Amino acid sequence: MSILVNEDTRILVQGITGHQGSFNSIQMQKFGSNVVAGTSPGKGGTEVSGIKVFNTVREAMQERPNATFISVAAPYVLDAAKEAMYSGIDLIYILTEKVPYQDTMKIVSLANKLGKKVVGPNGPGVTSPFSCKLGIMPNQIFKKGNVGVISRSGTLTYEIVNQITTNGLGESTVVGLGGDPVTGMNYIDALDEFKKDEQTLAVAMVGEIGGTAEEEAAEYIKSRFNKPVVSYITGRSAPPGKRMGHAGAIISRGKGTAESKVKALEEAGVRVASYPYEIPELLKEVLK
Amino acid sequence: MNLYEYQAKELFRKYGIPIPSGKHVDSDSDLVWDRYPVVVKAQVLTGGRGKAGGIKFASDGKELQEKGKEILAMSIKGLKVRSLLLEEKLDISKEYYLSVTLDRSSKRPIIIASTSGGVEIEDVPDSKIVKYWIDPTLGYSSFVGREVSFKLGLSPEESKQVQDILAKTFVLYEGYDCELVEINPLVVLKDGRILAGDAKIVIDSDSLFRHRDLTENPAERTELEELAYKRGYALVELGGDIGVIANGAGLTMATLDGLTLKGLKPKNFLDLGGSDDVEKVVGAFQILKEAIIRGILINIFGGVTHCDTVANGIAEAKKRVGIDVPIVVRLSGVNEDLGRKILKENGIDAYSDMMDAIREVVEVVK
Repeated sequence: MSILVNEDTRILVQGITGHQGSFNSIQMQKFGSNVVAGTSPGKGGTEVSGIKVFNTVREAMQERPNATFISVAAPYVLDAAKEAMYSGIDLIYILTEKVPYQDTMKIVSLANKLGKKVVGPNGPGVTSPFSCKLGIMPNQIFKKGNVGVISRSGTLTYEIVNQITTNGLGESTVVGLGGDPVTGMNYIDALDEFKKDEQTLAVAMVGEIGGTAEEEAAEYIKSRFNKPVVSYITGRSAPPGKRMGHAGAIISRGKGTAESKVKALEEAGVRVASYPYEIPELLKEVLK
Repeated sequence: MNLYEYQAKELFRKYGIPIPSGKHVDSDSDLVWDRYPVVVKAQVLTGGRGKAGGIKFASDGKELQEKGKEILAMSIKGLKVRSLLLEEKLDISKEYYLSVTLDRSSKRPIIIASTSGGVEIEDVPDSKIVKYWIDPTLGYSSFVGREVSFKLGLSPEESKQVQDILAKTFVLYEGYDCELVEINPLVVLKDGRILAGDAKIVIDSDSLFRHRDLTENPAERTELEELAYKRGYALVELGGDIGVIANGAGLTMATLDGLTLKGLKPKNFLDLGGSDDVEKVVGAFQILKEAIIRGILINIFGGVTHCDTVANGIAEAKKRVGIDVPIVVRLSGVNEDLGRKILKENGIDAYSDMMDAIREVVEVVK
């Protein structure tokens, strides 16, 4: 099996007629994902790549989606997420970047109360080769295998997945958490899923500066995780107080440094790579 | 986005949080006040201005002129003092602390309060700090203020005022999409009144679309960063001499780390983002042309950004921008072969491995 998404995942795309929405709907179809419906208020009755477009999520529910891909503009993300939750969708992936964090906080808090799962915002989504891709990761870098990948980045995730694939290993599921200070799923939520997944034999955890999510994950790995974990942390050369592209990648008031994360992970028995290309070697060692 | 104290206090006034009477001054000719003594405070976006001589008292008009001009001519931690806040001198009896901020771990707002104010909250022992987490869907309610005040052990008179200030601070925190609203010190005057001695507000830059009354403070950016910002690039200046262009925040940071581990000093973080546009690449070179550097490393993992687009951008930049330092390119991912071919035709051998490219940079800048 895989985690979060599989062949039973039926995807709705909110904002399907936009550039990102239509492009990625087609890419997801090419990957083999089951994209069952889209929404775009005012464009109900049209189609995008054979996918029916509806005015509202409520109407789109006739196609029985159980996951949504939100790619509406930042000011409308909170509303779109609420619409999905009201309509009964359980897995919400948000691609949009620059969502105000107070909106994300409300989405996450509601989702927790309603038992929904949120991935993102500002991340590449979830991919289980080759049963389902919910997101924007490039189709050609994957190979089905036993490594679970969790990351806060986009491109760096592709880099590392590509390294894993070209070195003869493969992935069970790749989860991109998103680069914002507040995101839905965090490392611990994803680790918790991988813990129960029989296909996953080891986890590669890609972290970056900012916040303390990696340190908290280290605590979890030490006391409650059952599989080997290897890691790479980026942002070792970042100066304090500067937002390094991602809104969440900032060292503030001495918190969130790469050193602190590396130290916490190593203390939890995690092998931490100095360069991304070392990840496959470390994986091969722990998988022996 | 950080606000200056005077901007933060304007928002305090708007939300009914009591502040000292004051006046914002940005030129020598405005250095007048009616009731002395007066406090002259430098407006800079950094801490420690008091120690740096950026806060002074004046007891008459002549002294105000002298000290005001002196502070207006200062730079504090490299930041030019552009304006002053003149404020009534307060008769302080006690200093407390109050803030509302984001707790990333719990994904909730947190209220932090202490009766040990006037110092960095990080230096106050945990036993003297009261913390209260707010559920974002339930929101703030009056009982929270009561609970915090009881825990602080305030007198009934103080408690009433602190509850009022806390409630208004929380409304401001939500209303302006703040990352931080900090009142330090929260001043208790000898006559018993409580007001905000200082004010620090950090606003979530991603929320500015709904706060049109606020404009970005350019003082936070270096010249190169300002140039990049105006042209729509995410650039952070780091001070070294190797220019970097990459795509994706994580990969860009990993590129900087790789260079640093090999003993080089990157000049900048520059993320092309999720674009697939030749001009975006050319524009990145135009920005780096303004920087003093010894070489440029381009590190691309093609996804949304296609390698051939980047290659065309590099070729265009070579023709139009005129870069006179060595350029090392790494291309991998979508349309990698096509991109490499385009570069080859333009006299550039691109690497497919990031480490090989970094090693090449080490060689070419020797």
